Amino acid sequence: MEALKQELKAKIIEVLNLEDINVADVKDDDALFGDGLGLDSIDALELIVMLDKDYGIKLVDPKEGKNIFQSIETMAAYITANRTK
Amino acid sequence: MLENKTYIETFCTIQNNEITLNGETIFKSDSDLFADFSKKAYQNFDINYPKFFKMDNLSKLAFLAAELLLKNEIDESKENDIALVFANKSSSLDTDVKYQNSISDKENYFPSPAVFVYTLPNICIGEISIKHQLKSENSFFIFDAFNSEFMTNYAEVLLHTKKAEKVLCGWVEYYNEEYKAFLYLVANEGKTEHNKQIIENLYNK
Repeated sequence: MEALKQELKAKIIEVLNLEDINVADVKDDDALFGDGLGLDSIDALELIVMLDKDYGIKLVDPKEGKNIFQSIETMAAYITANRTK
Repeated sequence: MLENKTYIETFCTIQNNEITLNGETIFKSDSDLFADFSKKAYQNFDINYPKFFKMDNLSKLAFLAAELLLKNEIDESKENDIALVFANKSSSLDTDVKYQNSISDKENYFPSPAVFVYTLPNICIGEISIKHQLKSENSFFIFDAFNSEFMTNYAEVLLHTKKAEKVLCGWVEYYNEEYKAFLYLVANEGKTEHNKQIIENLYNK
């Protein structure tokens, strides 16, 4: 799980072009949206694509995203439980 | 008539890894790629706007030129009535091709929302409007080449009909690492007269 969290931090920084943020800056329980990393709605869509592309998870209900994308912690837990690749 | 004259307040050109403001070079880089050049320019001018790095290259180009022209122009305490009138040749083709590549393989079909949102040329106008809180007239035209007569007339009509107090206009072209931005701010007052010939000369400098 720890390796996955580090992997997610690196991927999010790369995929979402978070130029001024390093992996070490992101805490496991930091909010990804709002006051945390300040991601926006397009970023949320990119994260949904990333789940599909890299972990074989298709989100069919967008409402699920709100809980899954709360933090690196919640993302890693969801991926661990649902990944197909 | 004198009262109908319009003037160029300031102008900026970005091409060949160089930025000039009012004819003076203010930044130059040896970078080969626009991504590196634009990042170095962003850092050089201390622009603190992380969303810059999410933009496509056309928007980065337009944003940088507009930033240099508007940073001393915008009064945040009031609404700034500055219209935006841009044109280019390749529309958003550079990003369109990138997006097409992401959806051309049915076995590897992962369209990127972040790329898709830039598959229109006028998105760069939106980025500038958001940054400077402009709720003004705006248009983006596609021409084979820079059309100084059209741009001059359009800016004058906006000013004469009081649709805007100033007009930021010009050429913002980007395709496949070939790029040029030439933006200028037109107002009812100033020293350099705004006419087709002067615009043409400044564009070709």
